[in-house]
Amino acid sequence: MAKTALQFRHNGRDVAIFVDGGTNLLAALRELIGDMTPKFGCGQGGCGACSVLIDGELHLSCLTLAETVAGRSVETLDSLKDGPNLHPLQRAFADNFAAQCGYCTPGMLMAAKALLDRNPQPSRTEVIEAISGNICRCTGYEPIINAVLAAASGGRARA
Amino acid sequence: MTRHRGRGIASINYPIGMNLGGDPSQALVHSNPSGKFTVALSSIDLGQGMKSVTRQICAETLGVPVEDVYVDTADSDTGPHCMGSFASRGTHRVGNAVMMAAREARGVMMEAAAEELEVNAADLETDGRGNIHVKGAPHRSISTKDVAIAAQFKQGKTISGRGIFLVPLSDVDPETGEMSPATCYAHACLVAEVEVDDETGEVAMVRMDSAYELGRALNPRLVEQQLVGGAWMGISHALYETPEPYYPDPSHGPRDFVEYLMPGPGDICPHDIAVLERPAADGPFGAKGPGEMCANPVLPAVANAIFNAVGVRVDELPITPERVLRAIKAQGGARPQARR
Repeated sequence: MAKTALQFRHNGRDVAIFVDGGTNLLAALRELIGDMTPKFGCGQGGCGACSVLIDGELHLSCLTLAETVAGRSVETLDSLKDGPNLHPLQRAFADNFAAQCGYCTPGMLMAAKALLDRNPQPSRTEVIEAISGNICRCTGYEPIINAVLAAASGGRARA
Repeated sequence: MTRHRGRGIASINYPIGMNLGGDPSQALVHSNPSGKFTVALSSIDLGQGMKSVTRQICAETLGVPVEDVYVDTADSDTGPHCMGSFASRGTHRVGNAVMMAAREARGVMMEAAAEELEVNAADLETDGRGNIHVKGAPHRSISTKDVAIAAQFKQGKTISGRGIFLVPLSDVDPETGEMSPATCYAHACLVAEVEVDDETGEVAMVRMDSAYELGRALNPRLVEQQLVGGAWMGISHALYETPEPYYPDPSHGPRDFVEYLMPGPGDICPHDIAVLERPAADGPFGAKGPGEMCANPVLPAVANAIFNAVGVRVDELPITPERVLRAIKAQGGARPQARR
């Protein structure tokens, strides 16, 4: 099968790869670019582990054809940390014990970032809605919801 | 259509670990020439925090800072044997094995320190900050690093220890059938409040209040995270999860993780938890284990709450809307029980 040349921005850096027709963005990121932070969970858009931002908007990379991101900007979990410094959301997840096995965490963090980017002071209900496409098997969600609220308030306690 | 509120209670008595073959786990502890310690385990940390807890247990037993202990669970081929991470057994079984291994390693470390300081090992103590000194004479001191270097390059000693925890085999009394399958029991009591829709059979969680008795909580935040997550799993088992079809025809059953139902973040409810600490006689530093048992009281409490709400007794899991609705229809309508 003929390969297609594909250029896009990946975490602020221009990348150019060749993809087979039908390659999904998750496979392109993991196998061709080597960014292993988006996770393969169900491969059907049901679990949210592969969530990434495309031009700032939350998308499931397993259901996104790689070719559709040509010329666009893709952000993954790898873009959050700044050298050894954690992003406030990552710090809040650690402080609130919001990860156990950690497999859902990259998707949860991207869903939370998409929320806080457009709504810096969300309510609890808005947080629940924002992460409702992401499945977590370990935490019972409560610590994740608390972590997102803590990050939103900049570490200050919220009522 | 009416939504009925109901409240149910359940108490559990949970044996830590299992009885098969004495349910053993092993641990090996050794020092590196840097004075840092490695704990080798085949036990797997699935995110519950077993690596953190065994690290604490090892550091406390050795008398060294927790930063000086590294837990390696990398490989079940090269690591000492473990039965596995299940049955709330990690802290209790593996923790005990680590404690035994660390005690033996500490003995060698103290002997090596005694040789360097030219004193009797029985006169030495650790300060928990990486030093060993003569009791009552803190200036007669040597760092664990210098002890490790001396043991490795001068004395020819391995500062190491072996540990295993095995529950004594309990035979069944042929007359009475009596036996003691476990040595350590955790306990819990949970009250669940639900709302049952008598038109759709749907059950919504309203709130939970629980008390868990887990021996000593060696790491309270990790215990809390187990209880919060475990209770969610209990809700999931009570009301959602099954590999079996919801309907008689198997073609309607879940075929993959997308169709395998689990509660989402919008399906959880407020949960107030009290942790009671009653140290276990044979637990490491009194610990039992907050694992699988976290989920268990939720299931009967939810089933009882559904009975309290609409008067139906569903004895198959999960308690799906269809099962609730069929049971309500079979008895000719919802029969709310006395509010409790």
